[in-house]
Amino acid sequence: MDMKQIKSLMKDFDESTLSSMKINKEGFSIELEKATIAVAAPVAVAAPVAAAAPVAAAPAATEEIAGDKILSPMVGTYYASPSPDSPVFVKEGDIVKKGQPLAILEAMKIMNELEAEFDCKILKILVEDGKPVEYDMPLFAVEKI
Amino acid sequence: MAEIKRILVANRGEIALRAIRTIKEMGKEAVAIYSKADKGAHYLELADAAICIGDGPSSASYLNIPAVIAAAEVTHCDAIFPGYGFLSENQHFVEICTHHKIKFIGPTVEVMQLMSDKSKAKDVMIKAEVPVVPGSDGAIDDIDDAKKRAKVVGYPVILKAAQGGGGRGMRVVEDESYLENAFLAAESEAITAFGDGTIYMEKFIKDPRHIEVQIVADAHGNVIHVGERDCSMQRRHQKLIEESPAVVLTQEVRERVWDAAVRATKYIKYEGAGTFEFLLDSNLDFYFMEMNTRLQVEHTVSEMVSDLDLIELMIRVAEGEKLPSQDSITLKGHSIECRITAEDPIKFLPCPGKIGDWMTPGGKDVRVDTHVHAGYIVPTIYDSMIGKLIVYAENREKAIAKMHRALSEFKVTGIKTTVAFHHKMMENEDFISNNFDTKYLERYQG
Repeated sequence: MDMKQIKSLMKDFDESTLSSMKINKEGFSIELEKATIAVAAPVAVAAPVAAAAPVAAAPAATEEIAGDKILSPMVGTYYASPSPDSPVFVKEGDIVKKGQPLAILEAMKIMNELEAEFDCKILKILVEDGKPVEYDMPLFAVEKI
Repeated sequence: MAEIKRILVANRGEIALRAIRTIKEMGKEAVAIYSKADKGAHYLELADAAICIGDGPSSASYLNIPAVIAAAEVTHCDAIFPGYGFLSENQHFVEICTHHKIKFIGPTVEVMQLMSDKSKAKDVMIKAEVPVVPGSDGAIDDIDDAKKRAKVVGYPVILKAAQGGGGRGMRVVEDESYLENAFLAAESEAITAFGDGTIYMEKFIKDPRHIEVQIVADAHGNVIHVGERDCSMQRRHQKLIEESPAVVLTQEVRERVWDAAVRATKYIKYEGAGTFEFLLDSNLDFYFMEMNTRLQVEHTVSEMVSDLDLIELMIRVAEGEKLPSQDSITLKGHSIECRITAEDPIKFLPCPGKIGDWMTPGGKDVRVDTHVHAGYIVPTIYDSMIGKLIVYAENREKAIAKMHRALSEFKVTGIKTTVAFHHKMMENEDFISNNFDTKYLERYQG
């Protein structure tokens, strides 16, 4: 199994309803486990960035932090890592690819993975692990690549 | 049931502010939710916390059940106050609240379901011995059958196509001499329009008045009424002016309509605040129309004449407390409410935009329930109601005079409002002499 196959397997696994899987094949073994139980379909994850229709609405007084931001697509609790004892999804300074998980947002006992909408560098993480976040709240200051 | 400590107010605008006020007075905490379109609204600062739950359109925010529940969870609310409109009569929402161990301040899902189904509600009212609009209870066979049934129902009657709508296949019959022609006309019209000539009959309530009774019920089977309201001043089924008491009623009829509402409330084992709406004909006979299983816009006039805070009662009942006895509630004086909307006062076309000056009236027994202020931008995507002006006085005549005075102090620039309409109504002879019905404005405005 080469990296390409592993990546494709991860993708398939990610999209499946399985929470863990193990493969033993010709001396090669791989174990995959999902970050959280029941990663249900994201609750209507609206395009988080640059969605705000520039109609009448007063310029959303979104903090003083300049540059691009990734906004919370929903109300929920922010988790920086897939589980309390696992490493965080991203750190400040990390370069992330489009589709890469950045955080978990929990709402109504459902874990929703927040993915990067574009390739970028994480400049600053604006929320603390385990804290509630509201709709449209900036979560990451980023630099588009 | 336990004490409620923190309540999520699942609504916006004046009713959200109305609820926040009572919650704070009770020493509890209020959490407001808002959409991006309501961001920065002043009333949000009066809550203990405010949380943005979605985009402007209601479907993305105030009607977005997962977002509302998530907001209650992240802010650790133990109850939700729904207000009116939005999710207040959504059975699915009530079920989800229960599932998430959040107390919905209102009735159970079963009762809500029962009352939302018009024909089921009518059947239940008949069982509870509440008068409903008499009808033929099914299709009419032929003209002889029609004559027989009309005698039982009583003239005037209205013939309606079973498949009907939009006035087609509909005929009002004043007395028996017109019945045959009307029946044949309705039948053939129904066949042409709907391919089905089935006709049924109902008593025709000519130019009715709209009378409703406010009730509150606790979890221990106690039910109180908080008097009745007259909401006959309407435009296209939208209430514009509400009053309590309904001076058109005699004391004898008034007590009968109170009793009917209380009896029905007990029969369906209701809990919380609710309203029974009745049509009243010129003989002062009343007929059940529907029940609203929530707080209403015009609850304020009942508060003024009873000195009760209905939202406080709703919260106390949700905590499992017992209601005060009916005898301890005194109804006195007269209260009028004018709904102030951001609409053209003549054509009633919506007029959203930025408010320039906003000077509200004051004085003894003048109440203004509003969330807007100078500089506020009335959003285009929500209800056009921007406030309610309520007055109280010892009788109707004095209440009208007070309302007239209060309206003349009400100055709004930047947008059109219905203040001017109401001011004119307070000078209208028919309004002053209480000589109007639900169709009045259609005739008056032509």
